[in-house]
Amino acid sequence: NLRKRFLQLSGNEETISREHLDTIPALAENPIKAQIIEAFFDKRNQRGDEAGAFQEIGFEQFLMVMCHFRPPTLKMTAEEKEAMRKEKLRFLFNMHDTDNDGTITLEEYRKVVEELLSKSGAIGQETAEAIADAAMLEVASTNVPHMAPDEFYEGITFQHFEQILKGLEMESRMNIRFLDVDTTTMRCGRSTS
Amino acid sequence: LRLCVIPRCLRDDAPGGNNETGRAPPEDSHHHHQQTNSSTHHKKAFPVLSFNYEHVRQPFEISLWILLALLMKLGFHIIPRVSNVVPESCLLIVVGLLIGGIIKAIGEKAPMLDSKLFFLYLLPPIILDAGYFLPIRPFTENMGTILVFAVVGTLWNTFFVGGMMYAVCQIEGAQLGGVDLLSCLLFGSIISAVDPVAVLAVFEEIHINELLHILVFGESLLNDAVTVVLYHLFEEFSHADTVTVGDALLGVVCFFVVSLGGIMVGAIYGLLGAFTSRFTSHTRVIEPLFVFLYSYMAYLSAEVFHLSGIMSLIACGVMMRPYVEANISHKSYTTVKYFMKMWSSVSETLIFIFLGVSTVAGPHAWNWTFVIFTVILCLVSRVLGVIGLTYVINKFRIVKLTKKDQFIVAYGGLRGAIAFSLGFLLTNSQLKNMFLTAIITVIFFTVFVQGMTIRPLVELLAVKKKKESKRSINEEIHTQFLDHLLTGIEDICGHYGHHHWKDKLNRFNKAYVKRWLIAGERSTEPQLISFYNKMEMKQAMMLVESGSAAKLPAIVSSMQNIQPRGPARPRAIPSISKSREQEIRKILRANLQKTRQRLRSYSRHDLLIDPFEDGLSEVRFRRQRVEMERRMSHYLTVPANRQEIPSVRKVCFEPEHQVYTYDTDGESLRGRRASHSHPSASDAAGLVNESTRRPDQSGAAEPRPKAPDDQEDQDQLTLSRCLSDPGPNKDEEGGGSFLS
Repeated sequence: NLRKRFLQLSGNEETISREHLDTIPALAENPIKAQIIEAFFDKRNQRGDEAGAFQEIGFEQFLMVMCHFRPPTLKMTAEEKEAMRKEKLRFLFNMHDTDNDGTITLEEYRKVVEELLSKSGAIGQETAEAIADAAMLEVASTNVPHMAPDEFYEGITFQHFEQILKGLEMESRMNIRFLDVDTTTMRCGRSTS
Repeated sequence: LRLCVIPRCLRDDAPGGNNETGRAPPEDSHHHHQQTNSSTHHKKAFPVLSFNYEHVRQPFEISLWILLALLMKLGFHIIPRVSNVVPESCLLIVVGLLIGGIIKAIGEKAPMLDSKLFFLYLLPPIILDAGYFLPIRPFTENMGTILVFAVVGTLWNTFFVGGMMYAVCQIEGAQLGGVDLLSCLLFGSIISAVDPVAVLAVFEEIHINELLHILVFGESLLNDAVTVVLYHLFEEFSHADTVTVGDALLGVVCFFVVSLGGIMVGAIYGLLGAFTSRFTSHTRVIEPLFVFLYSYMAYLSAEVFHLSGIMSLIACGVMMRPYVEANISHKSYTTVKYFMKMWSSVSETLIFIFLGVSTVAGPHAWNWTFVIFTVILCLVSRVLGVIGLTYVINKFRIVKLTKKDQFIVAYGGLRGAIAFSLGFLLTNSQLKNMFLTAIITVIFFTVFVQGMTIRPLVELLAVKKKKESKRSINEEIHTQFLDHLLTGIEDICGHYGHHHWKDKLNRFNKAYVKRWLIAGERSTEPQLISFYNKMEMKQAMMLVESGSAAKLPAIVSSMQNIQPRGPARPRAIPSISKSREQEIRKILRANLQKTRQRLRSYSRHDLLIDPFEDGLSEVRFRRQRVEMERRMSHYLTVPANRQEIPSVRKVCFEPEHQVYTYDTDGESLRGRRASHSHPSASDAAGLVNESTRRPDQSGAAEPRPKAPDDQEDQDQLTLSRCLSDPGPNKDEEGGGSFLS
């Protein structure tokens, strides 16, 4: 289960650091490895309001991050599902918004696309930029349809982010089958209350 | 149809001794010649006009049927009120009934839905269409559920219906004593399979959400293997005297052989097709044929060995599609899409009409008890099966199936023409007629009652509908992002789940398979970029087609808003030099003229001429061009006052070759194949570009090297295009429910 895995990753210590996660062989192929690892250490993904990053995390924080990936149960009401979706989207948003200013700027978005394409061979930076630009434009046009010529679109806010990814139904997609479902849901539930 | 026509042809051949292969006049004159030889005094006048129907009878009748079917289909869509309430399949069956009635009244023998005709000619196009455009992601995500429903569900249905019918037959008053267990089981196996044709016909119109659609539809496709095995099994057994356990075990083995064998045959043909398409860059015209022929061969080959033809066809389509689409030209892709939709549409129409005709024509043996119980039992077994299986499945699913979902899945279990044809294949007996009657009744019940009521029920239960919007690039980016994220998290957890294996498969695919099967540069193109290219191309074509290029200026201006302000940051939009712009203008104008000329000469083989393929009529095109020219002259005279001008470029949309890859070492031109349609192709985009131009003013003088210029300009134009999604989706997907 997760506790065992945590101990295995940390080498039987109480906390894990970035190096521990870095050394997982399977992650080497993953284009967004750095972002994923960073997400674990991001304070915003814990239940507080702090910002910044940890250097090491304990099992509680590890579990908290994992909580973002639990699936909806049959008994959930529509509001609970909505809240869960918000939570998951927030997690994604935090992954993109690296400077924690509350918006995803064009530069940040470009970086995201670049990283996504990083393992796929010699793709130029300009292509990634073009795609990111197009995506950004799309967000702008859907959310702020009538912009005057001298207005400036600062970046994707969380509302816009939600709006643009409404169709993906995050609560059904961003899930992992846990090896030990009950403990996790219990703990996540306990942490919220 | 064919069987009854062929004997007549043969019959006519015999007596006259005429060879019907010749034309009418020479034949008649030959006959005349013979006559003059035999009887010297008789002289006939040279026949100017003669009537020889027998010669063309067969193709004539076939064409007449197809034409009739299509006219009916046309008629329904012209009358909107009816087609909103009643699904098309019902109307077609009714038409078939009418026609059957008319033919019977005349006294002719109506053509039956012959099994050979059905299985060899009418069914494959529909299945190929379904398989080729199968949405892979939801299908593989729900594969477990689909398989359980298909295999276990069908088995349950068969044995339940068969067993209970046998029990019913034991009832004294029903006069059904002669029906033994094996026949009942055989009947059960025929009637229990959910039919893909009927499901497609009904579900296509209700636009239900993707998950439910793929569940019911996937089940209807995959249960073919089970049906084939059970059918042959029980048929064999009913001729044998005893059934041993060994036979039953062989049956199970047979199931695996049939399904896996079918899939393998399909996969082999699919890979062959993909491989062939790698080399077709010089003969684009025949590309679509390869797709169709390889698929059909897969189907036939599977049928030779009594493997599941449907699964083979699906496997072939699924296997072939990603590679073929990367290789063939855009025109061929459109051709493949439209031909498939066309053939499957015709087939479906014909099937339903024939079903109606066969109902009137066929020999019936009506037995109240049998029929009523069959209908009831089918419903009951379906509901029980779905509920029971969902209970088990939900333990393994992440996203559980709700009661509403279960209801729709159960209600959507329609029976159709496959059941009828299988019944038709039975050996002739009194039992056969009774079975056929019962089968037809069940089919009618499910298609009419369930088909008609499913739409109001979906509304009533507020079942989630399919989201209508197109895939946006944001969604695509995040879908990929999510995939990698989930794979990463799984790796961190040490859990080898669904995403892990999918990732491995993708990497294998990219490293080895794509290299072999995709021609040229495209083999290394990541999916995000292909998506992006496809999307921009689609939008550009839609833009031109709708003639809304006037929107571009406004949209392009908003691009400025995205650019970060501040002198320190590099500007993403370069300005274009004046001389270059003049150059471009000249070229564009020249191309405009060429298009005018080219449109007049159109020949069947010369695909290069037509710059657009999506149904642009010449009139509309001319009108658009006039409009464009008007705007062009307006822009040429009006001075602009914008600071940042998006540069304009001719985008080379070659009609023969899909969009080229982005290659930043300045070799974005590499991907383009030399084709003499080069200038005419740019008309497509040329018209677009004309109106986006503004007479410039920024003075940046030096002419840039061509390649990076193309790159950036391309980007600019694509930016503007990405936004310019004009109103209602031109339904390029041909009315299919899924995005291709």
